[in-house]
Amino acid sequence: MTQTDADAQFDLECRKLNKDFSGFRAVKDVSFGVPKGTFFSILGPSGCGKTTLLRMIAGFQEASSGDLLIKGNSMIGVPPNKRPVSMVFQHLALFPMMDIEANVGFGLRQRGVPREEIAKRVETVLARVGLPGVGSRQISQLSGGQKQRVAIARCMVLEPDVLLLDEPLGALDLKLREHMKIELKTLQSEFNTTFVYITHDQSEALVMSDQIAVMNHGEFEQVGSARELYYAPNTAFVAGFVGEANKFTATVDAAFGDAVTLVTQDGMELKGISPVAKMQKGDKAEVFVRPEAVRLATEADKFGGIENLNTGIVENILFNGANSHIILREEKSGGEMNVAIPQTGEFRDLNKGDKIFIGWEAAQTRCYAAGA
Amino acid sequence: MTQAQSRLGLYLLMTPLMLWLLLLIIVPHIGMFLVSISVKTGVRQYVTGLGNYMVFFTEPLYWNTFARTAFMSIAATFLTLVVGFPVAYYIAKLTRGRTKTTLFLMCLIPFWVSELVRTFGWMILLRETGIFSSFLQYIGVLSGPVEFLYNDAAIMIGLVYTSMLFMVVPLVTTLDSLDDSYIEAAYDLGGNGISILREIIIPHAMPGIVSGCIVVFMLSLGNYLTPILLGGKDSLWFTGLIYSQFITRFNWELGSAFGFLLLGLSSAIVWAGLKLSRQSLTDTVGR
Repeated sequence: MTQTDADAQFDLECRKLNKDFSGFRAVKDVSFGVPKGTFFSILGPSGCGKTTLLRMIAGFQEASSGDLLIKGNSMIGVPPNKRPVSMVFQHLALFPMMDIEANVGFGLRQRGVPREEIAKRVETVLARVGLPGVGSRQISQLSGGQKQRVAIARCMVLEPDVLLLDEPLGALDLKLREHMKIELKTLQSEFNTTFVYITHDQSEALVMSDQIAVMNHGEFEQVGSARELYYAPNTAFVAGFVGEANKFTATVDAAFGDAVTLVTQDGMELKGISPVAKMQKGDKAEVFVRPEAVRLATEADKFGGIENLNTGIVENILFNGANSHIILREEKSGGEMNVAIPQTGEFRDLNKGDKIFIGWEAAQTRCYAAGA
Repeated sequence: MTQAQSRLGLYLLMTPLMLWLLLLIIVPHIGMFLVSISVKTGVRQYVTGLGNYMVFFTEPLYWNTFARTAFMSIAATFLTLVVGFPVAYYIAKLTRGRTKTTLFLMCLIPFWVSELVRTFGWMILLRETGIFSSFLQYIGVLSGPVEFLYNDAAIMIGLVYTSMLFMVVPLVTTLDSLDDSYIEAAYDLGGNGISILREIIIPHAMPGIVSGCIVVFMLSLGNYLTPILLGGKDSLWFTGLIYSQFITRFNWELGSAFGFLLLGLSSAIVWAGLKLSRQSLTDTVGR
């Protein structure tokens, strides 16, 4: 109403949104925009404020300051039942006192849609989520995945501008969760609705999202695509939280441009890059090396001119099929490292106590100023 | 061996319950039934028949009182529900921790005093020279003393007050079990206060509502003290009639027949209530 078309390019936009609880700021100065049809995830550890943010978008909590716009219209002061958003709750909150048809039709009944029209639209949306003809069944007769789809249908039948999802996969078992990830993504592109999904599970966020915001202590650390977050994290928190990483605390020994040489507390020398901060000799830094970025070899000359080359003793093998790791102790410094085993068969016979060469590139060794 | 032992244990555990049921419920009822079907024909001469029950149907005072008792009890139950539901909702959903316990205890505290004393409390408030009457005269609403006691409204107040706890407790329990996310989800989907109450909260609370109503209805129907003390002489209550048959008139035969009629009435109304609300006894009382 007050905004022009230029702002309506975002389905959902937050401007300097804050939420204070007594003596504690749960959400700090969060600003972001979600373009139409995007699968947007907010990823963060529990207690980071992501649920509070989602509840503010849904309208269950009032923002302390800042603005929140949906399709360019400010939602400040608009109650949840008047907002063009719908929410899939963590435990789905399907009404057990109604059958599926009544559940899905609930929102339409509130809007005063005629009965025949409701029946038609409910059947259509149930067919779209792949559950045609289940209308007369009770909620308890559905499996976990079917409940999930009914919960989405119940929201989608209202054609919301934004669909909010509050960790809906958390209660499912692993197999079904993997399956539902793909299904959710498919449903999202089919409905072409903006999804805002919150989770603490990075693989859910990485697999499904177009855009991910990593949230920590009430603030957005970084917003970007899954690849950006994985390959080019902007902060130490993102580097440690998204994907796995070996983390070292080190002191800068020499810096040239963004290339740095560091020495860890254990005395291991590392060559890395500092993508964000300009480092100087003597600075404390946090260094992250992904287990899958480390190469293994039985002979040192196999690596060519790799920047970081060390030897390690295998301490433990964590066999987990394609996702197997070894824990090894670096020979010179005694520091521990976690390295992914490439599943090419070459290291199938690796044993505890074996000596092995490890090498990784300086570009894969990302340094961030410590304490930042 | 172990099976025989556990069976023996079960019997031993069941014995007090069985004795209680047999001696205090079944045997007296059989006795009362036998008394109720003996019609007195002369001094210590009885014949078996339904004469006592016929007296009830031929004497308008009796069945008028009977219908009045039933109607007033239903009204009292309904009023208790209307007053108790918001109280229970507030305790169950809008308060937490210490406040919740305190409010719950405050519902319970009046029951530490005997019913008789509580009823006298109402008499002190409502009588002609009581607190209400004096206060209304003091602020100038009334020009002379008014008797608030000895009418149906006074009975109703007493009954609702006496039964409140028995409505609030089952309601708080069922409302407590209603996950807040259902209410939030309904609100999120466009529901408003009234439609959420109608479609989510009441259907969920139905077992609690029905079990509370059954208990309150039974208590009101079988109440003796409150209607007699607060209703005075004009306000007849069916238990009062039974009392006078047994104690004042020594007519145990008619009193027993009345007792059975009351049992039949309460069972019939509870059954009808369950049918109307589409609940079953196991769903509600058996929870």
